[in-house]
Order: sequence, then structure tokens, then C-alpha cells
Amino acid sequence: MYKITHVKRITDTIVAMDVEAPLVAKVAKAGQFIILRIDETGERIPLTISDYDREKGSIALIIQVVGKTTAKLYGLEAGDTLLDFVGPLGLPTHVAKWGTVVCIGGGVGTAPVYPQAREFKKAGNKVISIVGARNLESLIYEEQMAAVSDELIIATDDGSKGHHGFVTQVLQQLIDRGEQIDHVVAIGPLPMMRAVCQITREHQYKTSVSLNSIMVDGTGMCGCCRVKVDDEMRFACVDGPDFDGLTVDFDELMMRQRRFIPEEKMAFDLYQQSDCRGGCQNCKK
Amino acid sequence: MQGGVPKLQEIAPRNPMPAQPAEVRNANFKEVALGYTEELARAEAERCIQCKKPPCRRGCPVEIDIPAFIKLITEGKFLQSILKIREKNNLPAVCGRVCPQESQCEKFCTIRKKYGAVAIGRLERFVADNETKAKEEGRIQAPAKPTTNGKKVAVVGAGPAGLTCAADLAKLGFAVTVFESLHDAGGVLRYGIPEFRLPKHILDVELDYIRALGVEIRCNMVIGRIKGLEEMLAGEFDAVFLGTGAGLPYFLGIPGENLNGVYSANEFLTRVNLMKAYQFPRYDTPVTVGNRVVVVGAGNVAMDSARVAKRLGAEVTIVYRRGHAEMPARLEEIEHAEEEGINFHLLTSPVEILGNNENWVDELKVVKMELGEPDESGRRRPIPVPGSEYTIEVDTIVIAVGQGPNPLLQQTTPQLKVNRRGNIVVKEDMVSTSIDGVFAGGDIVTGAATVILAMGAGKKAARAIAGYLGYPQDEPTEDSN
Repeated sequence: MYKITHVKRITDTIVAMDVEAPLVAKVAKAGQFIILRIDETGERIPLTISDYDREKGSIALIIQVVGKTTAKLYGLEAGDTLLDFVGPLGLPTHVAKWGTVVCIGGGVGTAPVYPQAREFKKAGNKVISIVGARNLESLIYEEQMAAVSDELIIATDDGSKGHHGFVTQVLQQLIDRGEQIDHVVAIGPLPMMRAVCQITREHQYKTSVSLNSIMVDGTGMCGCCRVKVDDEMRFACVDGPDFDGLTVDFDELMMRQRRFIPEEKMAFDLYQQSDCRGGCQNCKK
Repeated sequence: MQGGVPKLQEIAPRNPMPAQPAEVRNANFKEVALGYTEELARAEAERCIQCKKPPCRRGCPVEIDIPAFIKLITEGKFLQSILKIREKNNLPAVCGRVCPQESQCEKFCTIRKKYGAVAIGRLERFVADNETKAKEEGRIQAPAKPTTNGKKVAVVGAGPAGLTCAADLAKLGFAVTVFESLHDAGGVLRYGIPEFRLPKHILDVELDYIRALGVEIRCNMVIGRIKGLEEMLAGEFDAVFLGTGAGLPYFLGIPGENLNGVYSANEFLTRVNLMKAYQFPRYDTPVTVGNRVVVVGAGNVAMDSARVAKRLGAEVTIVYRRGHAEMPARLEEIEHAEEEGINFHLLTSPVEILGNNENWVDELKVVKMELGEPDESGRRRPIPVPGSEYTIEVDTIVIAVGQGPNPLLQQTTPQLKVNRRGNIVVKEDMVSTSIDGVFAGGDIVTGAATVILAMGAGKKAARAIAGYLGYPQDEPTEDSN
């Protein structure tokens, strides 16, 4: 059992959570992920690590409600436990001194960008961060990102803070103002990462994206998370989750992410119909 | 020659295994084979002629004294019989169910040719299940923990090889910790073999026994990520056994494999077995099959996948590029699949998977094959028949064409020597690796094979580890092995 030590609900669909997992926290690196299972009937879901506290022995996660499991996670309190928590999984981000690194986070994708931005900064890079959110309320990790960035630019869809529009527009502005860019990191929804890569491809900027495809075991055994990268089949869990964004087949991946939409919807609907949040028999056949 | 045994003409025919009728079982996940009753077990045990030099033992990778445990059954001493097996085998209820006895112990049975081999596997299962019942009824206690000798051994992977190695070492007094990457122990017994062939509560009982010997099993621990081999050997453990298995799914390398609705057998079976997707939505993990499923391949994993898909309500077809005689699955599995209504398109090879514009599988394009000269595997090489392509309409495709070695530990331990295929290289003793104090066995060394061969390797490694740590064990004699 893995204890949840801290819960902070950021919006009505986004929650920040610290989980006690000292062995994972001891060795976790930027770019890696964990897989958790809430309870005996739960599914295994991968979540990219937002931060780790080696002293406290905890892993920080940011979770957005997209279905039953994430909705259940949203409802958990500090002191509750998770049945299973395994990690760190995946390859750590390759951190080097590139020069100027632009770190782009979209929505809850900003959380896993943060440890990468921090490590790039530590490695002596100039870090320019672009953080996008739907609105001011759902903006996350602003302070943390500011602390590790030479420049931080906020973009919101509704203009409630910073640039009124998308992170890609901000990236284009950086390019237009003549910023010398050596490396780009983009993490967020697939359409956002694809859009970033469309821009960076034109300039042949090296672009790293983090893929959180559907997984079961997360150790290279099931092949569920396979993605086409540079026309080859790769497993996001063991070959990634970071990949060269310029060679990722985003269109195929976006369709693969829809494999279980009807089932996910059914499980979520049943869950929302039940008042007892897990204890009732509604969802049990 | 065999003196003091029943005269051969008195031997009754082999007792069939009671089973769920095919048309009933192909719609449920309950166990297919129901097990011998006490009467059937005793009658079957009576068929054993108690050979002085029992050839059956030669066929057992874990060295069970087969005639001795069978004799105890004839005497009605079922609990003593299982202890006789447990001297050598730590997973008897599993082996009694999933071992290919026909190519091992029963293959060498003296009476096989004339009367049919003694059903050794079924008898093993009977005494194992009888013990479980006795335990549940509180008639027997868990085994006593052996006294420890202070040496610590880490086992990586809680599958058949690792569990066997761990249990054997624990019996010798070693303090053993097993590290498992999944949330539950058993390896392929947990994620691969379906409930209807190996009920998971049977596996749980076996694990309880191994834990009672003092073995600690730590799940959710991915060695190579959370902890490296060097770190483990630097003070924490005196030796390490690697039984990480063949978990890497092979795909066909044909167009369309990334379409939605194409599963590796590993994904399909893991969803159903480990995650219990057949009970969705009670369990949260989904699996979809639609109406028409094609399983590519004809090994045991393919049969398991096909029979699972059938139970999920689909019309299922196996597509295999060679003929009936070349199918690598156990005969019993093939027969069960045939009885349950699985279709077989043999001498048929997939060419391309065709999908619709939403990336979902629509059709499988295949080509007819004919058998040519034998290839390096000794089986006749399949050759495509020109112009014989046709398509099969399909909603789901399960690729079951084999698995490679799990690459994770090797990736993170460059000094561990592996071969071209990624299997760990072992020395002449078959279990020592290129790193001092690190041993390996099972599928990670041999490539994908059987549960029992992995167990045999685990047993051999346990002996080697004991010797390495200063507690040499006798090798099994010629007679018994």
C-alpha cells in the first residue's frame, strides 16, 4: 500500500497529489513515469512524474480527470492509500548542455515539463518556458517554472493570463524575434505536441516530446503502447516515453488512443451514476 | 525384468479426465478439466507397475520420484504423496495442470505403448488439490520455516523459474527475496495462462506455500530501474538469480499492425488474466473482441488466446502458416480448441492487415502456403502459393507468434553478457552468467519454452547458488535424472 500524503485540488478536474514511495523517489529522474492501481478491481494507469522529493520519499503527480480511474483519484484524500505504485519506469530524459532550450507545457503536461526544465537549467542551458492553460484557474506549476526558467511566458486560451492564445503562437513569436533555439521540449495533449512539431520541423529544431500512450504493464511486455517513430515500431514504456517529436506519427497515435473510448465512457458513466463512489453494486455485473 | 509388478495383461485402460462439456465451457472461464475423484485417482495409480529403474523420472525436469508418490496414492496416503512430490517440486498443482507430460514423464512410461501411459500429471494434480482441500479444512498446517543460514539471495522475476529457485533455496536455509515487476506474483502463470486452464486461486495456494517457507515476495519492483544488479550485490545480497522471462512480444512485421484491434497475445492475455478484463466493467480494465477474431500462430499461447476470445463471445479462427502436424501447441490444447469450436485456417499466412479510415481493423489479407523442404528447425518450410491471396473479415487480430527475452535488465546492466537475440549467456553449468554471483535460468536464457523447463532451470540454479555460497549440494544421480 502506498500512502497519499498530500492532496490539492487545483480545479474541478485537476488535482495535485504526493504519494509516499521512498524507493521510487530515491532514484526517479526527469522524464520517467509511474504506473498505479487504486484498488483490486482497478486498472493500471501510467502517469508521468511531476516531481520527486528524495528526502520525504514522495512522488508528486498532477492528475486530470478523463475517466473513471482519474475521477476516483480526484476524490481521494491525504491519508488514503493506493494498492499499487510501480516505478520509476521509462528512460530518463537525456539532459545535456544544448544552449537555449525552450520548454513548452500544455495543460497538465506542464507538470512533467517542470523537472526537465529544472535539469536543463542545472546543466547550464538558457531555459525559456512557455506554459499554456485553458485559463488562469487551470494554470499549474507557474511558480516552479518561473524559478527554473530564464524567461517564462504564459498563454491561456481565454486570455485570462499572459498571451491570449496557444503555446504554438508564443513559440512562433520567439522564433520571429530571432531567438537562437537549440532544443525544444514539448509535453501536453497530442494535438499540441503535433502542432509544436509542425513549427519546429520547419526550422529543424531538435524537439523532444513525452508520449503517454495506453499501457498495461509498462515494462515492455504487452506492446499496447506501441508508436510509430521514424517508421519503426517503438514501445513508449521502455524505448520512451521521450521521443524525437519530428519523427513521431502523431496521427496514428491519436487514433490508437481511441481504442477503448466506448468502454472508457461506459465505465465512467457507471461510476458517475453510482453515489457511493466504488462501494455500491451498480457497476458490478 | 520388472519383477513384483502387476502382470501386463491386467492393466486397465488409462482413466480419462472428467471435464466440462465443450459447448458449456466455451462460454465460461471456469476450469475445463475437473480433476480426478479419489476413486479415479486410486484406479489410475494402480496402473503404475512400479518399475525398479523408473524411466518416467528421466523425463521430469524437476526430478520428482514419480513411482513413490504414485505408490502412496494406491495406499490412500494422499497427504504423504504430495509431500513426496514437494521434496522436488514447489508448484505441483500448477505442473499437474500445465506440464506437457506427454513429452516428458509420460513419454517414457513403460506401459505407454501397450496400454497408454500412467496419467502422472493428473495424479500429481489430484494429490496437490487434495492437499489444498485439507489446508482449507484446517486438517494440515503450513510447512515449518527452515532454519536460516544467514546468506541472502535475491531472485528477479516471480515466474516459474524464479519461484522454484526461491523455494529450493529457502528449503536449504537461505533468506530469499523475490522481486516482481507486476503487482502480483506468478509471472506467466498469472498474466499468461488463462483461468480456465489454471485457476488463479490455485496459483495463490502455491504462492502461500512458498511464502510459508520464508520466501519474501516483493511486487511492484522493476529491477534495473528501481535498483540495479550491482547495487543488489554490493552488500544487500550474496547472490542474484535472474528469471525475468520471455516477455517481449514479437509482431509479424506486416503492414497494418498498429491498427486498432490488433493485440499482441501478451497484451490480450494480460488484460484478461492479470487484469480480469473478462469481468469488465466490474474490473476497470477493458478488452474488446467484436464478433470475429483471428489469432495468428498455433502455439500454446495462440490456443489460449483463441479460447479466451471464444469465451468472450467471438467467432474465432486460427491462422497458421504450416500444417496440422507442425502446430507447436500441446496436442491436448489443440484438441480442446477444436472441441470448443475454434476454426483453423492452416497453411495460411498473413500478408497485410487492412483497416478503415478510423484506424480500425477491417480485413486480414492472407496467402495460401504449401510445405517445401525441411528448414533449420527440421519442420518443412512453408512457401506461398502464387495468386492464392484472399481476405478474412475480422474485428480483432491477436498476434501469437512468440516472445523474445525481456530486454529491460540487460539494457540497464551492460556488463551482463547477452547473445544476438538478447538472451542472457550462461556458462557450461547452464546457470552462471558473465557476472560473478549472478545466475540466470528459464526463458530469459533459453528463449520462450515451457513452465516446467523454466522450473528445472530454477532448480539447477538453486543448487549452483548454494554451492557458490559454500553449501554444496549433491547433483541428482544418473538414475533419478
